[in-house]
Amino acid sequence: MSASVTRVQGAHGAVHGLWAQAAAGPDRFPTPHIEYAQLSPVLIVFGVACVGILAEAFLPRRNRYTAQVVLSVVGLAAAFAAVIALAEKGYGTTKAHIAAMGAVAVDGPTLFLQGTILLVAVVAVLTFAERRLDPMAHGRHVDSFAAQGSAVPGSDQEKAAVRAGFTSTEVFPLLLFAVGGMLIFPAANDLLTLFVALEVFSLPLYILCALARRNRLMSQEAAVKYFLLGAFSSAFLLFGIALLYGFAGSVSYGQISRVIDGTAPMTPALANTTGNDALLLIGLAMVTVGLLFKVGAVPFHMWTPDVYQGAPTPVTGFMAAATKVAAFGALLRLLYVVLPGLRWDWRPVLWGVAIATMVIGAVIAVTQTDVKRLLAYSSVAHAGFILAGVLATSRTGVSSVLFYLAAYSFVTLGAFAVVTLVRDAGGEATHLSRWAGLGRRSPLVAAVFAVFLLAFAGIPLTSGFAGKFAVFKAAAQGGAMPLVIVGVISSAIAAFFYVRVIVLMFFSEPKVDGPSVAVPSPLTSTAIAIGVAVTLVLGLAPQYFLDLADKAGVFVR
Amino acid sequence: METLIGLLVAAPLLGAGILLTGGRRLDRTGHLIGTLLALVSFAFAVVLFADMLGKDTAQRTLTSHLWTWVPVEGFQAQVGFQLDQLSMTFVLLITGVGSLIHIYSIGYMAHDERRRRFFGYLNLFLAAMLLLVLADNYFLLYAGWEGVGLASYLLIGFWQHKPSAATAAKKAFIVNRVGDIGLSIGIMLMFTTFGSFAFADVFPKVAQASGTQHATVTGIGFMLLLAACGKSAQVPLQSWLGDAMEGPTPVSALIHAATMVTAGVYLITRSSAIFNAAPDAQTAVVTVGAVTLLFGAIVGCAKDDIKKALAGSTMSQIGYMIMAAGLGPIGYVFAIMHLVTHGFFKAGLFLGAGSVMHGMNDEVDMRRYGALRSYMPITFVTFGLGYLAIIGFPGLSGFFSKDKIIEAAFAKGGGEGWILGSAALLGAAITAFYMTRVMIMTFFGEKRWQPDAEGHEPHPHESPATMTVPMIVLAFGSVFAGGLFSINSAFVKWLEPVTGHSEGNSPVSTATVTAGTMVVLVVGVALAWAMYGRRPVPAVAPRGSLLTRAARRDLLQDDFNHVVLVRGGEHLTRSLVYLDHSLVDGVVNGTAASVGGLSGRLRRVQNGYVRSYAVSMLGGTALVVAATLLMRAV
Repeated sequence: MSASVTRVQGAHGAVHGLWAQAAAGPDRFPTPHIEYAQLSPVLIVFGVACVGILAEAFLPRRNRYTAQVVLSVVGLAAAFAAVIALAEKGYGTTKAHIAAMGAVAVDGPTLFLQGTILLVAVVAVLTFAERRLDPMAHGRHVDSFAAQGSAVPGSDQEKAAVRAGFTSTEVFPLLLFAVGGMLIFPAANDLLTLFVALEVFSLPLYILCALARRNRLMSQEAAVKYFLLGAFSSAFLLFGIALLYGFAGSVSYGQISRVIDGTAPMTPALANTTGNDALLLIGLAMVTVGLLFKVGAVPFHMWTPDVYQGAPTPVTGFMAAATKVAAFGALLRLLYVVLPGLRWDWRPVLWGVAIATMVIGAVIAVTQTDVKRLLAYSSVAHAGFILAGVLATSRTGVSSVLFYLAAYSFVTLGAFAVVTLVRDAGGEATHLSRWAGLGRRSPLVAAVFAVFLLAFAGIPLTSGFAGKFAVFKAAAQGGAMPLVIVGVISSAIAAFFYVRVIVLMFFSEPKVDGPSVAVPSPLTSTAIAIGVAVTLVLGLAPQYFLDLADKAGVFVR
Repeated sequence: METLIGLLVAAPLLGAGILLTGGRRLDRTGHLIGTLLALVSFAFAVVLFADMLGKDTAQRTLTSHLWTWVPVEGFQAQVGFQLDQLSMTFVLLITGVGSLIHIYSIGYMAHDERRRRFFGYLNLFLAAMLLLVLADNYFLLYAGWEGVGLASYLLIGFWQHKPSAATAAKKAFIVNRVGDIGLSIGIMLMFTTFGSFAFADVFPKVAQASGTQHATVTGIGFMLLLAACGKSAQVPLQSWLGDAMEGPTPVSALIHAATMVTAGVYLITRSSAIFNAAPDAQTAVVTVGAVTLLFGAIVGCAKDDIKKALAGSTMSQIGYMIMAAGLGPIGYVFAIMHLVTHGFFKAGLFLGAGSVMHGMNDEVDMRRYGALRSYMPITFVTFGLGYLAIIGFPGLSGFFSKDKIIEAAFAKGGGEGWILGSAALLGAAITAFYMTRVMIMTFFGEKRWQPDAEGHEPHPHESPATMTVPMIVLAFGSVFAGGLFSINSAFVKWLEPVTGHSEGNSPVSTATVTAGTMVVLVVGVALAWAMYGRRPVPAVAPRGSLLTRAARRDLLQDDFNHVVLVRGGEHLTRSLVYLDHSLVDGVVNGTAASVGGLSGRLRRVQNGYVRSYAVSMLGGTALVVAATLLMRAV
């Protein structure tokens, strides 16, 4: 690294300022220029997360829960307000620019995705805070999270923690840190910021996955798997970053893009690598792999079912929704800002990935028997549909993906929130056979879940249809007709297993010892209601939001 | 005034809404509400009529645009009304006869426990029929067209506990579907060719149609004719009308004699611009009309069921109208004039038949009637006047309208004119025959009454005033309408601005035609008297000649349909079912099975070991890198 830094420093001042010149010695260290206002959503979330840590340290245990929930909701709401304010001022359109010394781009896609992530996070906080579903432990309401994360499952320490009625209120600051990372991820405008953001949101997620109150071993297994594979993929990403840096002599998106296009001023350092496209292509492939892992595309999807199943269900819902939004945002920016000049190289490869993702996700889901795994494979198939929109390589492609992400994330959140309600003595009853006849016993819950399933399947009048229509239309216009055909066939296969669950719920005899539907507190009810409302509004009157996504569909370079 | 057009339709629609959703609490008053709203609608019609009479001929057309039904770019469907002389004629007929029949039904349906529903359907019918004749575009007309079809279906099957009624309703509905498809295809063709449904847009464009469009216009004409055949029970879609007599008699009078079945005539007359531009379609129209007028008349001769005999007659009379409409500007006016007079006398005849049935324990077989004239004097007189009108007795309504059609047929000129004129004359003779037969078998001769199935002897009696008053009013119409219309050619002048009119050049003089009709009239009546008046009527029908037997079976139309369409259809469905089971299901189930199998195998890859997952990621990465490099290489 140091060798290349020196080379760059000697090469050109306009190459990435902050990183390159930091190594140049104290006398030439310039004051970084940070646009605090434009970074305010991220700063607010991180700030509140730090306050949450302090609260965890200094508040008495009985007050922490209320304090954390209020802090989280207020913090996220304030960040969302900041996003709206920025959008109002035109930072999404006319005043879009690159802030923080080239590290972060504030533009339409950034603000749209940040807004989506923040809303998703608010709803996720509601499901995190649910304390009515689990039976009371020793006279105290408890949530879905382990009494004490550090206690070994089955140990005396754990029993003591449960008896004392402990709860892991740390989950709220963890969630906020993850959200903060996710906010930066789609905005990252250089490869290092991208990597840092990835780690910032991944690490809290690994911990959150391990914190289930029930089936703790499974939860910890999921977390370890997620961590190992995540680390593995991060290594690819990092290696790819190194190769790209080797090629372009910079980690800045703009500079790499200019070098690829051949419009960058020629320097002796660049002259060594120019024409050595192997560096570029391998780097591009590896960075893409790192991002494809996060979106859960085939063949980098294998962690999804295990992690989705093992993680506490509220975490699964949050992760499935928000990670996908952030990761697709980053992928879009990488492909559209850094690599548009290479689209003849990456398009065919991503075509293959998209086709494999759609088909394999849908096909494997057919034989799933666990509702959380089913939803995991469904999320894989949806990643494929979104990739089809990404491959449109047009402005409509961007806006269709933005819309799809917003629509999909709320359906996912809602669906996982419903999963938390169906319970028996062992906690959530996620085996599909246990859901038989749910429509007879709890028609409302079953109907709500049916709405989400129909949205997943892309049935008209739900947001799923509007989203799918948008991405497929964009893909078809972008010359990816075969992808659209595969997408429609996969949707047909996918419709089978969604409808099968509906049939199971409404047209089978309920089991005698079947699970019961717990009555949630207003928190989860609100979360589910928001999910249904967004699903129906985006399905019945999508035009306003499509226009919004269209306005936000331009990347700043 | 324009608002009044909307209210005209809205009143019966409101009635239908109230009666059909009001529930049992309206059972006692429902029939009165229904009748009142029909009368309100009639009152609006009269006001509009008076208003129209007060205006200059050129300014008589009223239009009223209500809202845009389907506001899609490139496809604008409007809800708008157009009230001109043609619509006005229909509106008066529909609301007038409709109101009378509402009043009649108060008596006729007095003992039916579903009376409220019956009036609801009647109101629904009025609304739909008014929509049909008032629409200013074909799209809205189609809505009315389907609406009357629905009302007809509901009313034919009103006594749904009788399997025969349920079947008849279904039959009417299905046969009408065939015609409706014609109408929908015609409208689609119209839209694709001219880009609009509105009368005001389509007709001028039809007149300027170029070469290729000309063929399309002919096609549209044929499709509209198909629609007219279905709704107006013309050959080859006539088979439902006889069975439709399963409905309550007021329904037969209103829907299946006076109004709905004449919708086909309205459609053709309204589309005069299209037919004038498509001579081939016109030839088809006159052919259908001429064939049907003989077909219906022959069927009418053989039926012993009084309502079915009248149904055959309706078919035949509408055949006259369709033929006249097919003659073009020579005939449009007379088609409509006959339609109106027919509306009076045929409704009167049906109400009379209903009155007879009412007094005879719902017996419909004329061989079990006889000598009823002294038991039901009012029914006898009104029915008799209707009878005289339909056979074209000089001075009565039918004489003026039917005579004109026969004249117009000759005026078509050439061989075609002679053929059509002769057919019309022959039809007149047969009409005189079968109507005289009905008259004699019902009101004259000796009693051939039989106890009904439960052994009750019939005690014929005159019907209550609610039933006789409408009959008397209609009888007035039957007697005077034709004469009134013919004074100074009033009706021709009234309708001419809409439909156009030309005298044609008849090879035979008016006097000759009149004399001819008189001769065939006398022959027909005399023949019937010789066969049924001089000899006693056997209580059981004799075997009869081959033609008689065929005519009793509606000239084998159902047999034809069964052999050709039903059997053919069954074969088709059977082969399709076979195809579905073997091929389609095979493919579908095969696909499902292979997807399931593939899924099961792919699932095994997901074995839960992180090391396997990592290998798959590594492999995937290698693949992606290799593919990326390869893309550059090729």
